[in-house]
Amino acid sequence: MFKLRRFLKEYKLQLIVGPLCKLFEAVLELFVPLVMAGIIDNGILKNDTDYIIKMGIVLLLLAVVGLSSALVCQYMASYTSQGAGTKIRDALFKHIGTLSHKELDEIGTPALITRMTSDINAVQANVAMTMRLLLRAPFLIIGALVMACFINLELSIIFFVSSLIIAFILYLVMSKSLPFYKKIQKSLDRISLLSRENLSGNRVIRAFSKQKAQDDNLNKEAENLSALSVRVGRLSALLNPATYAVAYGAIILILYFGAGKVNSGGLMSGDIVALVSYMTQILLAMIVLANLVVLLSRGSASASRINAVFEIEPSVKELNSNEIQTDETAPKVEFKDVTFSYGGGDSELENISFKIERGTFTGIIGTTGAGKSTLLSLIMRYYDTSSGEVLVDGRNVKDYPFSQLRGKIGVVPQKSTLFSGTIRENMLWQTPDASDEEIFRALKTAQADFIDDLDKRVSQGGLNFSGGQRQRLCIARAIVGSPELVILDDSFSALDFATEKKLREELLKNKDTTYIVVTQRCSTVMNADKILVLEDGRLEGEGTHKELIKNCGAYREICLSQLKEVEL
Amino acid sequence: MSVVRKILNYTKPHFIYIILALVCSAVSVAFTLYIPVLVGNAVDMMIQKGKVDFSGIIGIIAQTGLFILIVVVFQWLSGNFTNIISARTVRDMRNDIFEKFNRVPLSVIDSRAHGDLISRITNDVEAVGDGLTQVITQLFSGIVTIVGTLIFMLSINVWIALVVVVLTPLSVLVAAIIGKMCAKSFRDQQELQGEISSYVEEIVGNQKVVKAFAYEDRSRKEFKKKNDRLFKIGLKAQFAGALANPCTRFVNNMVYAVTGIVGAFTVVSAFMGVLTIGQLSCFLTYANQYTKPFNEVTGVLTQIQTALAAGDRIFEILELENETSDDDKINLENADGNIEFKNVKFSYTPEKELIKDFSLSVKSGQQIAIVGPTGCGKTTLINLIMRFYEIKSGEILIDGVNIKEAKRDSVRKLFGMVLQDSWLFSGTIMENLRYGNPDASDEEIINAAKLSYAHSFIRKMPDGYNSIISEGASNLSAGQKQLLCIARAMALNPPMLILDEATSSIDTLTEIRVQKAFKKLMRGRTSFIVAHRLSTIKESDIILVMNDGDIIEQGTHDELLKKDGFYTKLYNSQFD
Repeated sequence: MFKLRRFLKEYKLQLIVGPLCKLFEAVLELFVPLVMAGIIDNGILKNDTDYIIKMGIVLLLLAVVGLSSALVCQYMASYTSQGAGTKIRDALFKHIGTLSHKELDEIGTPALITRMTSDINAVQANVAMTMRLLLRAPFLIIGALVMACFINLELSIIFFVSSLIIAFILYLVMSKSLPFYKKIQKSLDRISLLSRENLSGNRVIRAFSKQKAQDDNLNKEAENLSALSVRVGRLSALLNPATYAVAYGAIILILYFGAGKVNSGGLMSGDIVALVSYMTQILLAMIVLANLVVLLSRGSASASRINAVFEIEPSVKELNSNEIQTDETAPKVEFKDVTFSYGGGDSELENISFKIERGTFTGIIGTTGAGKSTLLSLIMRYYDTSSGEVLVDGRNVKDYPFSQLRGKIGVVPQKSTLFSGTIRENMLWQTPDASDEEIFRALKTAQADFIDDLDKRVSQGGLNFSGGQRQRLCIARAIVGSPELVILDDSFSALDFATEKKLREELLKNKDTTYIVVTQRCSTVMNADKILVLEDGRLEGEGTHKELIKNCGAYREICLSQLKEVEL
Repeated sequence: MSVVRKILNYTKPHFIYIILALVCSAVSVAFTLYIPVLVGNAVDMMIQKGKVDFSGIIGIIAQTGLFILIVVVFQWLSGNFTNIISARTVRDMRNDIFEKFNRVPLSVIDSRAHGDLISRITNDVEAVGDGLTQVITQLFSGIVTIVGTLIFMLSINVWIALVVVVLTPLSVLVAAIIGKMCAKSFRDQQELQGEISSYVEEIVGNQKVVKAFAYEDRSRKEFKKKNDRLFKIGLKAQFAGALANPCTRFVNNMVYAVTGIVGAFTVVSAFMGVLTIGQLSCFLTYANQYTKPFNEVTGVLTQIQTALAAGDRIFEILELENETSDDDKINLENADGNIEFKNVKFSYTPEKELIKDFSLSVKSGQQIAIVGPTGCGKTTLINLIMRFYEIKSGEILIDGVNIKEAKRDSVRKLFGMVLQDSWLFSGTIMENLRYGNPDASDEEIINAAKLSYAHSFIRKMPDGYNSIISEGASNLSAGQKQLLCIARAMALNPPMLILDEATSSIDTLTEIRVQKAFKKLMRGRTSFIVAHRLSTIKESDIILVMNDGDIIEQGTHDELLKKDGFYTKLYNSQFD
């Protein structure tokens, strides 16, 4: 929780004024029993009705002033918590934007979404709650203690001791139950995981007739969660009765010792009434405190989850944020003895070297898991190489600011996703200032001429288009504004062969653009200027179709699996 | 039936605990209320210097001590019982919802957003649980408190008690007015929260695309806009909501003040009957306690409202129709694999008829391929054979048995299935491969993995077959996942096979190897293959050509080519 306090910096004024108002309200509340004692001791016992009326008005005034200061505090608390929540949301969103693929894979999207939504909401609610109540309770307790001292110093010892005991009980119960709350959260996460899996795999589950086994899995976890809740409930159910016992124990002592003092004239009966109500006040404040601490400990779990995300350092860092000069005569892309592995495992790519010249069409082909997509990721600098260099326009990709490097490159990812909004908004991703004309040209090239209205709505993920349409739209999105380099990662898979052929022909009309195409189809790369054959992370062959058919066994095998001998 | 009733129905099995909780809470509240009387009496015994009744006070103290003990025990018990009720109700609801997921027709699962269903089994159930706890603790103890304090106050002084009774509902009124005032802000806020959530889901979920287009800054600006809007509306809603508590407290303070003044006058001048100072003291305590439940109920009102809304969402799921019961149907133990379709008609929606009148006879051991352009409904036929969806009319027979007359599970168990979307659950690779066949030995599993060419990459993983597959299997490539699914089906050793684009994410080279393995597996088994790469299905016994949801051509590869129809066009487009 404390680690997030930087987001409260701007709200110093509110953070001080809010609780102060609450303090003021609490002070006023403390006066109430005192005024009442006055009414009894001075008004009733002395039969002074004027005094009773006067004090009655004072009581009403106290209520009005109390209300106004409470309202000020409520506003400050709302303002601060909402503001802090907004700031954390902005900052976390920004931070997620800096994370690289490795971290994103590790945390997982669902987890990030919960952090951004319910966890931040929980923290926000906690800030408000703290400002409103957590400070009020100690104020009331301390205030009651001070008042008790004023009435009678000796009897106030009872107050101090009992307050300490209650505080200790609070601490004990909290520290014992905190581990339970963590376990409960884990169990809830697991229930959500089981449900997600059960839903996404429902067809398979039914196909294997595993419904019963799935149910059993969940029943076990639900039972576990229920047992945990009951156990922690047993602990937290102790709080209120224990506090009550201590407070009323103290009241008994007040009565016992107070009686002696009244008898000897050291105290008046009104004082006893006041002391008893101060003790009740402490009791009530302690109960509020106890319930708050329970809520806060839940909230602090959210806070630490948010913090954990903030503390993740992106593994791929932008080393330079200023645009750099590039070498327009160098090859468009060059790999110099590149080796790469995902965090310590076997190498995904080993000693890869090649050059891709400007304005050429290069195909990358290979078996599943050969490292084709990994190779593309290195050009985009989603990951850093373990050794060796990746150069784009003659400069190491590490020297580029992200936006300059990635701005050069139009990417068509394996999975075709569009974003909700309009077609135009989607088409402006690569080149934000592209004209409608440019967009239409790209759509035509990508064989996406089924679009005639750029304001056509796109639903989330682009699900209102068929798979093939989505893929063509994603291709169009990447080529709007004619980027220097276009990377297509198995991006024709949903297209039939005829459409693909036409699309390829259209793309090649743009002679300034360099194309890198990852594919599993031989027909896609047969006419390429250069084909790179990857197998098991190694560059198995490099050359044109004709050359490779002759001297690259792996390539020949792939082609034979798809085409007839005569077609080679 | 109202949601409240439905939720209460769920607590029925724990009825005994409800009774216990209520009794314990009533006992503890009653004694809590009586203790101030004792304290008041004690105060009355020490009015003046030198005239304090010590023996009386000692007696009262002893009595008070005993009562405190009773309160403590019963309060703890009632808290415990309440926890048990809500924890178990929550558990039962979760189990039932989850069971429902596996019992409703598949179309329900296919047509709903999974995120929404998950949030029902987690958040909504949790909200109901919280609401239930609040209702049991606050509402019941609140009612007992109100009734109890009323009795005590009436017994002390009827008139002053009436003053309290008449004034207190003011706080409820105030709370209700404020509630109405802020309802709109709350709705706006909820809506905007939803908008932000889906924006986050979209951008964060596609962070890799965002990076590819260096879109981070632009998305941040867009997010900031929405976030700032949320700040304004959220502030309004929050502040409006925060008004309720101080306002009701204000009303309560007023009540306290009025009671104090009226009480004091009564003591002095018997203005409204007789009252001693001690009685006034405990009267004031009661006045405080009497107003508290009103205050607390307004505090938990939003929670109760949330619980009711959540309950609505839960019962919407629980009340979905299950698949029709098949307890009395035939159990298909094994099959030779003769399948017959007789005049099958089917559509997903009544408006659009898909499969119009389909008949086909498949002999044991034949291989049937289903081909057609993307989105033509190739998977539909699979849905029907596996009885994921019910046909509208006609019959599907396995070895002469209408599958409608057989238990669904027994029909499904006859097929080994590999789907386009490779689904694996989080757990080890071994556990996943053993999913369909829990009795398989390690050797059998490893053998299946070898046959499906998954063995080599599994072995390369840090813990081999014991490597953990994370949620969504993000640590595996699409191709690897598919190989695992194939191995899983191989390990099952079923009489019939369904391969729905089973090799779509695998490169053709591996595919050819896997095909060889399939061929071995398919020998003597009836199998259905959905494919968009025609090269892989040329040798099938029957090829079904689908377009626009219907089967438009059927025959062998050569027959279809001779026809020079849709299939021929499809086939040739691969090569030019």
